[in-house]
Amino acid sequence: MITVELPRALAELIDGRTTVTLDESCATAGEALSALSRKSAAVADRVLDERGEVRPHVNVFVGEESIRFLQGLETPLTGDSRILIIAAVSGG
Amino acid sequence: MATSGNGKATGGVIVLVGTMKGAFILRSDGAREKWSVDGPHFRGEAVYAMLHDTRGAKPRTFAATRSFHWGGTIRTSDDLGRTWSEPERHAVRFPEDSGLALTQIWQITPGRADEPDALYCGVEPAMRFQSRDRGESWTPVEGLLANEQRPQWQPGGGGLCLHTILLDPSDANRMLVAVSAAGVYRTDDGGKTWRARNAGVRAEFLPDKFPEFGQCVHKVVHHPARPERLFLQNHWGLYRSDDWGDSWHDIANGVPSDFGFAMQMHPRDLDTVYIVPLESDEFRCTPDARLRVYRTRDAGSSWEPLEKGLPQNGAYETVLRDALTADSRDPAGIYFGTRAGKLFGSADDGDTWRELADGLPPVVCVKAAIAGE
Repeated sequence: MITVELPRALAELIDGRTTVTLDESCATAGEALSALSRKSAAVADRVLDERGEVRPHVNVFVGEESIRFLQGLETPLTGDSRILIIAAVSGG
Repeated sequence: MATSGNGKATGGVIVLVGTMKGAFILRSDGAREKWSVDGPHFRGEAVYAMLHDTRGAKPRTFAATRSFHWGGTIRTSDDLGRTWSEPERHAVRFPEDSGLALTQIWQITPGRADEPDALYCGVEPAMRFQSRDRGESWTPVEGLLANEQRPQWQPGGGGLCLHTILLDPSDANRMLVAVSAAGVYRTDDGGKTWRARNAGVRAEFLPDKFPEFGQCVHKVVHHPARPERLFLQNHWGLYRSDDWGDSWHDIANGVPSDFGFAMQMHPRDLDTVYIVPLESDEFRCTPDARLRVYRTRDAGSSWEPLEKGLPQNGAYETVLRDALTADSRDPAGIYFGTRAGKLFGSADDGDTWRELADGLPPVVCVKAAIAGE
């Protein structure tokens, strides 16, 4: 089962849940975010811009690694992948 | 609307203040002497555009908010900020096939008197959106995307932002926008096509000082009663046009610097305009460390400093393009905010001033309305 962990700022858009479990099988990080958007368009809209790209100051991790340093939204998942969405540090 | 025996509005004033870290709402009594400060709303988010729209049956307040992380949107309130609504998905969105994504909303403009549910907004990257349902939904006006000069537009220091929208009150097809640093563009066909309208406006930073487009216009204002006459604060240069921007001429007569950002029209006097000159594009602070608003009462033939009540020592202040505004009372209230977080107001057309707030985050937007109007 793939789980997506959300920061508090986004959890309030989905009934306060900081962990969302995806029922569908997802082969990539992009597919998981699409599945997330079907559960909450509001959350997904704040992670991805209208081009479908991860916003510049948002980090998406699969396990311990940012997908920016993997294969982006094409980063492969396994059946029990854990995805973390975290606001980038974006400062000095 | 509250009025006196002579028909003048006497109601309290609402001043909306957008900052880099949230929004504040100030309310005055009828005399504009006592003020309350409410906020911050949208803690931590930049608020570059606000509007209190008094058209229609019930006033609605708009705030364009931008989270550094989660994107920008327009929030609305029907109870003057006690509660705010925001759409599930961001409503101001570029078409998917445009390859563009919203960076920031820079301006929210109410529609004409005969289109009470219409609103327009200007955004970065440069684009205009319109709403026909009081801001519930927004659609892009794609003529600007197709403009043949667009690939050559260069962003100004604040980004490639469409920050000014002026409507012709009697011609629904005519509208003018200003983009930094592309210049002034006008449509005469409802937004299908746009033509550069910068003849006579100097581009100090380009080899060709008077190009067709590429000027860094900071603000344009006009009065709806004389819409064809425009006043423009440029990145170096003060200008006036008497023909809807077909031609411009210099009106920097007696100002300490013709660099600045903010510009505001008087609500009734068609010849009166306010600016806040800044020393240079490198320093971008008030000349001689004196905070002075300049006012023309003869459409730019001369300008006078207004400084009574404003700090005249050590005042290295900056007033940004949307941080100067006026209410519609008589005499007019004039208000402005600074990057240092100060808010000043005048209740007598700018003759005298007082500090209304201090210690705010950097102010980027100030808008006023009459309560109960």
